Amino acid sequence: MNDGLQAFQMLLNGEPEVWEVVWLTMRVSGLATLLSVVFGIPIGFSLAVHHFPGKKSVVRLMNAGMGLPPVVVGLLVSLLLWRYGPLGDLGLMYSPSAMVLAQAIIATPIVAGFSFAALGSLNPKLRHQLLALGATSAQANWLLLKEARLGLTAAVMAGFGRVVSEVGASMMVGGNIKGQTRVLTTATVMEVGKGNYELALAFGAILLLLAYCIVALLTYLQNHEKREMI
Amino acid sequence: MLKRKNVRNILTLLALCFLLLVTACAKTETPAATKPANPDLILATTTSTQDSGLLDALLPVFEKKTGYKVKTVAVGTGQALALGEKGEADVLLVHAPDAEKKVVAGGSAIERKLVMHNDFILLGAVEDIARVKGNKIDAALKAIAEKKAAFISRGDDSGTHKMEQALWKKAGVAAKGNAWYQEAGAGMGQTLKIADEKKAYTLSDRATFLAQQKNMTLGILLEGDPALLNIYHVMEVNPEKFAKVNAAGAKAFSEFLLSQEGQQMIATFGKDKYGQALFFADGGKSDQDLGLQ
Repeated sequence: MNDGLQAFQMLLNGEPEVWEVVWLTMRVSGLATLLSVVFGIPIGFSLAVHHFPGKKSVVRLMNAGMGLPPVVVGLLVSLLLWRYGPLGDLGLMYSPSAMVLAQAIIATPIVAGFSFAALGSLNPKLRHQLLALGATSAQANWLLLKEARLGLTAAVMAGFGRVVSEVGASMMVGGNIKGQTRVLTTATVMEVGKGNYELALAFGAILLLLAYCIVALLTYLQNHEKREMI
Repeated sequence: MLKRKNVRNILTLLALCFLLLVTACAKTETPAATKPANPDLILATTTSTQDSGLLDALLPVFEKKTGYKVKTVAVGTGQALALGEKGEADVLLVHAPDAEKKVVAGGSAIERKLVMHNDFILLGAVEDIARVKGNKIDAALKAIAEKKAAFISRGDDSGTHKMEQALWKKAGVAAKGNAWYQEAGAGMGQTLKIADEKKAYTLSDRATFLAQQKNMTLGILLEGDPALLNIYHVMEVNPEKFAKVNAAGAKAFSEFLLSQEGQQMIATFGKDKYGQALFFADGGKSDQDLGLQ
């Protein structure tokens, strides 16, 4: 355990290599989560509010997507981004952008599913009520989102938690390249491969701490909202 | 006194600022002395060069010298060669001579050059139930098969795995499919750990074993058989076949490995940490010099 402390010491002393890894982890997973919110919440919203033929199968598809295996996503994104793949000319393979893309694909159905559940649990008559009271469609939508904000925060947390801790896709499309695409999870796997268990443990601990801090912040905001509502 | 609402607003603002910071992909890049036209260079190599720490020593020096940014993809040799054959890598550093020759013959790779060698070793528990210690490798493998002693294979089509399969073949043993022959499907480091936990026999390259030794109880039971030579070559992916290949970068990397400086770094790597070098530098030599045909 002393060795684990030593690795923490390294972090506290601002060991640039460790900071680099932590910083990239936050950037990649943060951006991926942001993208998944931009796409996921509207998807969840329209599924919860609108009715259209074939809605059931779309919902089923989304629910299945909540369990997308990261390795499969990694493989598909690899096939897309390889030099001689359809998007090869962009030169994105083994870059942080590739990791963001893969992680966003993993997180979007999760965010969509959670927001669908959150918005679906509101009274279905609420929107009509708001419209009848003279709210414009946009205002009514905004109020619905505000009403469901607890569930929506949970959606963001679930999405972030999933991508910050996944390793299969990040390893495949990022390649764990030192100083370019090495994040906490891939660094942990690599150090285990090298037999540096204490360092791997420290990376793991940092990852837990990071995930905890972000989720704690979101939870705090969430609870605050709750107290206001009561 | 701060009102609760204000606190909340400040916190929300902080969270937003954090998100902005996190997502602002503003990376300050230090310009290299000479920036090549295409700085991104993809190196497909074996797990042993990464797990032993050799690349961590070599790459920063090469990058500083030339301004290239090396993207290392450390996979098994089989996968590295496959990446080369698809034109998805620029330069290959691998250790499976027969498979390499096929890739060169197929026109996917050019300029295959000898870089370094070390050797494979047979590891096992001190009890050595198959009595392989000090034997020749053929006899040792036969004995393991006869005793049905557990043997962990890499099973990932890597250079080590290819070597191991060739050795079984030479020994005339059909190991695959037996209960005692277990395929890990993992890199060398992970496979050593599995063999150690199961107290099984396994074939490893010396570099990864030395790097992992502190975590293991397995020891070297058999070494020094000339059949166990482990030879690394560098190859450039053929730019005439794949237009998107970074030919200049591949050439620069190959030249760096074979330069006096590169060879010196390879020859001394590991001496300070393990008391012995992990690799022997072979720049400029031919296969015949190592006693191969």
